[in-house]
Amino acid sequence: MRRETLFRAAIVALGASVAASGMAFAKEEPKQGGILKFVVPAEPPSFDGHKETTFALIHPIAPFYSVLIRVNPDNPASLTDFRCDLCTEMPKPADGGKTYTFKIRKGVQFHDGTPLTAKDVAATFSRIAFPPQGISSARKGQWAMLDSVAAPDDETVVFKLKFPSAAFIPVLANPYNFVYSKAKLDQDQKWYETHIMGSGPFVFEKREAGARITGKANKNYYHKGKPYLDGFEAIFAKKQSLRVQAVRGDQAAIEFRGFPPKSRDDLVRALGKDITVQESDWNCGLVLTPNHSKKPFDDPRVRRALTLALDRWGGSKDLSKIAIVKSAGGLVFPGHELGLSKAELEKVAGYWPDIEKSRAEARRLLKEAGHPNLSFTFLNRATDQPYTIVGTWMIDQWKKVGITAKMRNEATAGWFAGLRAGDFEVGVTANCQSVVNPLLDVAYYLPTGRSSQQYGKFKDPELEKIYDTMVRATDPAEQKKLMGQYERRVMDEQAHNFQVFWWYRIIPYRSYLKGWKISPSHYLNQDLSGLWLDRDS
Amino acid sequence: MTTAQDFSVADRVPGRTSWVAGALHFARKNMLGTAGALLVLIMIFMAIFAPLITSYDPTANDFGVMLEAPSHEHVLGTDQYGRDLFTRIVYGARTALLVGFLSAFIGATIGLVMGVTSAYFGGTFDLLFQRVMDVLMAFPLIILALAVVSIGDAWPVSDTFKVILAITVPFIPRCARVVRSSALAIREIPYIDAARACGFSHPRIILRHMVPNVMAPYLIIFTASVGQAILIEASLSYLGLGVQEPTPAWGLMLRGGAEEYAESAPWVAIFPGLAITLAVFGFNLFGDSVRDALDPKLRQM
Amino acid sequence: MINYVIKRLFLMIPTLFGAAVLVFLLMRAIPGDICYLRMAGGGGTVDLDVVRQCRADLGLDRTLWVQFWDFISGFVVGDFGKSMWTGQPIFDEVALRFQLSLQIAIMATIVSILIAIPFGTISAVKQDTWVDYAVRTFSIAGIAIPSFWLGILIILGILITSKAWFGQSWMPPITYRPIWVDPWYNLSMLIWPALATGYRYSAVATRMTRSAVLEVLREDYVRTARAKGVFETLVIRRHALRNALLPVITVIGIEFAFLMGGLVVTEQVFNLNGIGKLFVESVENHDYNMTQSLVMLVVAIFAFTNFFVDIFYAWLDPRIRYVR
Repeated sequence: MRRETLFRAAIVALGASVAASGMAFAKEEPKQGGILKFVVPAEPPSFDGHKETTFALIHPIAPFYSVLIRVNPDNPASLTDFRCDLCTEMPKPADGGKTYTFKIRKGVQFHDGTPLTAKDVAATFSRIAFPPQGISSARKGQWAMLDSVAAPDDETVVFKLKFPSAAFIPVLANPYNFVYSKAKLDQDQKWYETHIMGSGPFVFEKREAGARITGKANKNYYHKGKPYLDGFEAIFAKKQSLRVQAVRGDQAAIEFRGFPPKSRDDLVRALGKDITVQESDWNCGLVLTPNHSKKPFDDPRVRRALTLALDRWGGSKDLSKIAIVKSAGGLVFPGHELGLSKAELEKVAGYWPDIEKSRAEARRLLKEAGHPNLSFTFLNRATDQPYTIVGTWMIDQWKKVGITAKMRNEATAGWFAGLRAGDFEVGVTANCQSVVNPLLDVAYYLPTGRSSQQYGKFKDPELEKIYDTMVRATDPAEQKKLMGQYERRVMDEQAHNFQVFWWYRIIPYRSYLKGWKISPSHYLNQDLSGLWLDRDS
Repeated sequence: MTTAQDFSVADRVPGRTSWVAGALHFARKNMLGTAGALLVLIMIFMAIFAPLITSYDPTANDFGVMLEAPSHEHVLGTDQYGRDLFTRIVYGARTALLVGFLSAFIGATIGLVMGVTSAYFGGTFDLLFQRVMDVLMAFPLIILALAVVSIGDAWPVSDTFKVILAITVPFIPRCARVVRSSALAIREIPYIDAARACGFSHPRIILRHMVPNVMAPYLIIFTASVGQAILIEASLSYLGLGVQEPTPAWGLMLRGGAEEYAESAPWVAIFPGLAITLAVFGFNLFGDSVRDALDPKLRQM
Repeated sequence: MINYVIKRLFLMIPTLFGAAVLVFLLMRAIPGDICYLRMAGGGGTVDLDVVRQCRADLGLDRTLWVQFWDFISGFVVGDFGKSMWTGQPIFDEVALRFQLSLQIAIMATIVSILIAIPFGTISAVKQDTWVDYAVRTFSIAGIAIPSFWLGILIILGILITSKAWFGQSWMPPITYRPIWVDPWYNLSMLIWPALATGYRYSAVATRMTRSAVLEVLREDYVRTARAKGVFETLVIRRHALRNALLPVITVIGIEFAFLMGGLVVTEQVFNLNGIGKLFVESVENHDYNMTQSLVMLVVAIFAFTNFFVDIFYAWLDPRIRYVR
């Protein structure tokens, strides 16, 4: 009983601390010194940010590099607020939105002492958007709007676009866009795969294969006074329970990806005010993809029945206690202005407020389609959080309308292999993006061929037309209207893909760590320059 | 090599007393073995009468009672989906027994046939066969299991069957080796030569004359393998390579649940682990006393 | 003897070759693609050109024969190549991890000897008494407890007891420091997995000790010593144990070889950066080079241990040299 009360008090305190965080940070004076230890769930493959796609690269490696622009470090939760890192001022687009000119800071040095100029920035972005033969650039496809990038002098970088695009600035702010040294790239384009040499707040110290990566403070950092830490130690720990225990036993102060709700409660219960919690919706969606080329999923009625059977509002309440999911939303990040409002959403199949009515409709559709006792196997990723947990929940939901579903869990490589081979009836996938940029993020749902990750095997020229018009629309109201059409077509009318839940990011960490602010993506705002340790308070 | 020596002498069947008397005799002489046999019987009972023992559905979610402590309604508490743990453990005995018995049986039987055949023919065949067994013995189980499980996706078989297959493969060489070394001794006995001289076919000699004489090591290996198979099944499920949710299986119940909820809801972590331990313990005790009973070298003492 | 050694040495070649073929084929039969995994694993958009490029870089677009020849010829001259995942030389990736796994294997073996020899002996001497039953129950329980479960309970136990006794949750370190750099730190990290694994592996050795001692106790010279009225403890120590040790040492030797490949689950539970964990990761990542090298390493350790055991036996018992 007493424990229970204590626990509630802690939860209340936690709520308060999150709400008050904005003001609290402003008041406190950062302290210098200390080594920050944090755990990372996986080890990055290579060191080359341009090439890799995993967050496991961002957490230990991003602190070594500068970027051109980034989300506002003091307000990373904002979806539209971008700030300069290497540039001096965010530029106004010229030439009808087709030209962006950035001025680069003077006196910035790489860790080897060579100066960083606009030439390095231009070489970096040209490598990312137009990689030379034999070089992999993972996000090359996002740069369709870019025509050229050039550095007319040492302080100026000019980006010329093929057409004006609202997606450009968010793409530019991608946290993987590490600025490399042109001299190193000229020597060997692959040098950065196995070496680290940037201009960021921390200098690479060493890598212990499979165990950790360490860095120490960059004394010459151009943001004066930063970084506050003397250094950091990124420890790789694959098992989630062990990462939680590491925070519990103070072997690490934080894990930047996200813990399950129950672990948060346990940590708060055990450590009280030594733990602070920040939470946010996560720019990752759990997506259900019926394979249109497999019978009976070629029938939109059957596909619609699948989504109608899921009680998203109830599930959101239940699952948010055990899984890293929370919001039931459409294709657009919850709360983003481009998305459907709650009232509009409640009219979309699978979001009806009356679940019994929805289930009855699902049963009716199945019967009408001639499959009243539908039975199928769905392919899922063998990762508990949140894949198999939500999968287990869906099996139970479907059972309520007479569908017998079996789950086939595969480790990541096998899961991708199954999805790509089309060797599944229904697949569970995820759409995880970094900078919240709905125009690009929803491209995931475009038909097979157009979207590399559309595993549903279908064609829909109408959908492509809506998308293409939307991306080039310049009037925000028009854009919003088209996005609504797009969402309804994907989830309801054609029932190609369904968003099941949005992920939910929960970061419980040691209260002595200060200055860290949560963002909707575990890729963002991770250069650690604004963090400090205060063990006395 | 070393294990082989324990089983080098042929079987001796105990005298023909009545079944009950025999069992009682066994129990008196083997207290541990009897305890093991009891545990095994309890498990078999749970598996067969599962629907009568509990009224809950092992797979239905009920978030209203999620992670509840053991109580009158839920004797061992509930898991994160609100499913009754006792029910899942009772039904889990089915998975464990099915996998345990079938993989031990198939593995030991194939090993028996291969080991005897290899010993019977001898020469180059035997030498080659030995190398193949060496490779399988030394090969890491997890790759074999992963390969069997994922290649098996192409066939329309259940997870449970794939797991059985994955566990069976590494069992074969172990049984084959032990059986082979016993069979080598038997091959030297004159009546095998006699049988050959009579013109009996190879399969007939192997099956009729050699196999019955290596039943003791076969039974020892078989009983010892059941417990191990249950343990391997649990480990594979724990690593995500075994049976899949929502099938009730003990190893699977420990995956995720045990670690995440071990502190605030320890029953989720403790009971399935205890079930595995008791089951494997029971089979091992039982297997040990079978070994003692069948291996005359030890029985003399 | 020399002839036997040479013959036995040659017999290892087919084992190693067979393992090489098997791992090569199995890894390629398991569906999955390291490049796609790498490019799509983050969850964002995948560029298929990039995936193709990556496969070409790794040499995965070559025919199977060429890839196999590459692997086998490299293995023969001791060149394992680079990890496909990190691009670092395999030797560098494995070295540190091997050191850690080796230390745990050694520590676990010591733990298992410390449990097995006294327990096995006492169990044999007190055969069929409650002491015997208790020891056997304890040792059989060791193989019955799933190692991952034991690991979870140990860590949780440490966290909870440290909190209850010292008011602060303590947990073993999660990063490795070599024992010669910081012995206390090193041991406070590795003792737990060593205990868990050692207990488990002590079961077979305890049983072996028990039956070996039982057998020796029946030998005439031990009976004679007993009859002469030599103290029981002395009989056991001087006569019985020494002669019983041989098979026990063999079992321990073989288990050690198994241990090197069998730490997979334990390393997962305790987050030990050893070869077991590397192995699981390399299989999951479809890092063929790494998996192949590790399998060959484990198979080679296994084959060599068997080799030494056989040679040892042949040396003890000359008849064996002619049997095979």
